[in-house]
Amino acid sequence: MDYSFHLPNSGHNFDPKSSKLGMWLFLYTELLLFGGLFLVYMVYRELNSEAFLLASFKLNVWMGTFNTLLLITSSLTIAMSITALQKGNKKLSINLMWLTILAALGFLVVKYFEWGAKFEHGLFPGMDHYGSLPLGERLYFYLYFFMTGLHGLHVIIGAIFILFVIHGVKKGTVTPERFSLSENAGLYWHFVDLIWIYLFPLFYLIH
Amino acid sequence: MTVDTLPYTTFYKAKKGIWSWLFTLDHKRIALLYLYAIISFFLVGASLGILMRLELLNPGKDIIEPHTYNQIFTLHGVIMIFLFIIPSIPAIFGNFFLPLMLGTDDVAFPKLNLLSFYLYVIGALFALATLVFGDGPADTGWTFYAPYSVKTGTNVTMSVLAAFILGFSSILTGLNFIVTIHRLRTPGMSFNKMPLFVWSLYATSWIQLLATPVIGITLLMIVAERVFGIGLFDPSIGGDPILYQHLFWIYSHPAVYIMALPAMGVVSEIIPTFAQRTIFGYKAIAYSSMAIAFIGYFVWGHHMFTSGMSGPAAIIFSILTFLVAIPTSIKVFNWLATLYKGSISIETPLLFALAFIFNFLIGGLTGLVNGALAADIHVHDTYFVVGHFHYVMFGGTGFAFFGALHYWFPKIWGRMYNKKVANTAFTLFLIGFNTLYFPMLILGIMGMPRRYYDYLPEFTFWNQISTFGSWITVSSIILMLANLIIAGRKGKRTTDNPWNGITLEWQTKSPPPVENFTKMPELPEGGPYNYPNAKKA
Repeated sequence: MDYSFHLPNSGHNFDPKSSKLGMWLFLYTELLLFGGLFLVYMVYRELNSEAFLLASFKLNVWMGTFNTLLLITSSLTIAMSITALQKGNKKLSINLMWLTILAALGFLVVKYFEWGAKFEHGLFPGMDHYGSLPLGERLYFYLYFFMTGLHGLHVIIGAIFILFVIHGVKKGTVTPERFSLSENAGLYWHFVDLIWIYLFPLFYLIH
Repeated sequence: MTVDTLPYTTFYKAKKGIWSWLFTLDHKRIALLYLYAIISFFLVGASLGILMRLELLNPGKDIIEPHTYNQIFTLHGVIMIFLFIIPSIPAIFGNFFLPLMLGTDDVAFPKLNLLSFYLYVIGALFALATLVFGDGPADTGWTFYAPYSVKTGTNVTMSVLAAFILGFSSILTGLNFIVTIHRLRTPGMSFNKMPLFVWSLYATSWIQLLATPVIGITLLMIVAERVFGIGLFDPSIGGDPILYQHLFWIYSHPAVYIMALPAMGVVSEIIPTFAQRTIFGYKAIAYSSMAIAFIGYFVWGHHMFTSGMSGPAAIIFSILTFLVAIPTSIKVFNWLATLYKGSISIETPLLFALAFIFNFLIGGLTGLVNGALAADIHVHDTYFVVGHFHYVMFGGTGFAFFGALHYWFPKIWGRMYNKKVANTAFTLFLIGFNTLYFPMLILGIMGMPRRYYDYLPEFTFWNQISTFGSWITVSSIILMLANLIIAGRKGKRTTDNPWNGITLEWQTKSPPPVENFTKMPELPEGGPYNYPNAKKA
């Protein structure tokens, strides 16, 4: 027997506030995931500050700076795409999201060349040259690959997330009235950006 | 209240076929999937425990090799912690009753809920896969302490990945519950009108959300260290094993509150129902859950008093540990005050709740012995710690879990179990449990170390008592589960509200329909435990 009765506070309702709250909570979790690594970084930087400094000279600051600019710009484009969607300009919104994805790809390409250079010099954990480095520098590169690697993974996930939103806008499931998915993709993307904003000075800049 | 007698379709019969269960979005069905999986793993973990007790029946080798013994206590720990006790009450009873108690029809993200379940299944498969792949299950203990976990040839990587995946299942459940509690309360239910079980789930969910990722990343570091051989934690290649212990306990201490808080929530439901009396100190109980969750973050160092820590740090961690005892005892006193002058009906769930208080009291006070700096040096890594931990986890959370099962059984299955058998099983369980674990406390004080497969002859007497207790315990559990299984199939049909409870889950049918409610649930006037016929104290 079917009841026509429906609860007003159903879990199957569309509720933008719920999804946004859920996204924020998820970001707290993500933040603490990186938090463990930041803690380890802090401890070992304190113990091996000179070796960390020496090792940091082996990174290419220009590439890092370029990537930082790319990510900050992409944060701008994703924020603009959300506003464009809210104002009803779907086409502009989609284009801005494509721009964001382009920036993400650019970031990954630069990262590829950066990592590639390190591989050539045998600086990846387990390689010959790596083994001959002093302990502090080994820890530095280990953390460098671990943290930027995990961050790179998040860039990829974020880009895929944005692809989903583009698909949703085209299909009509994400609309100027129902834009919480696009907002959540934006939140996630800003988070990815923010992590990089901390990684960049920690590995490239501190003297 | 009026209960309409129209025929309706229960959530069991709304859809048919195995796929309607495996891909269900109904929180009640997901809860039952969890129930069957979790009980199965409990039985596996318990069997491993029995094997260990059997080995310890006599000094020297009885039935298993020392290396196998190490693997068995590790697998016992991993299964019992990550597959049984962490998900037990939140994933089963939280999933089933959180929406019912809030007066809604599901959690906020039903699909995410199903995803959590499948992450649980995948994690469980990883944990079991260590039995067949590689060189067998890890032999490190469930704590995976470095540097041994980096060096051992056993399959640590897979066990650690299992814990990682299970962690994410736990995080997503917590996230789902927090959003549900914030967004889906029935109109008129403010935070201070929520049932206390909901409060305890709320506190638990925050711990799950904020502590679990730390262990996730730490375990990934262990994996990376094993794969690439860089020393973050292994001192022979330049790492710091103490750092691992810090990171591990930053999660794993709050995790014991993930295990304990929901149990306290269950007890806070059972006691007012069977005393038919307003709970004493509603706000004190609710906020003490939050206080335990909060303070619980800052006490992890008490696991490391003997592993190298500065004096001031040790003193601070010790003081903070003692602080946790305050909100905990606030709860205990409030429960007892609730019983005072209540119209108590002694039913099986109430017995479990009282046993919880008794066992948890022993567990909590022995915890303070561990938390005191000087005493801890004596009992650290002895059997005393094992006894303490099982008193809080099994005697506390385990009893609350089975109490919850007996309390909500008529709501879930719409049938009643044989109360006499249930009470007999309970009595045997309580006796068996104490015979099993109390000797461990004595042995620990006498100086028997934990995790040893052998012991000196002077420890024989208490070890044999303990092993004897394990046989009583396991028989009582079999009796209890058999009683419940029979009742689930053939038990007498019961009314919608056999215990005369007034939280919202008792206002709907037993078993509930898919939509949970067939009419708008009514909030009891004057708070969730304001029993209309209660004697005024």
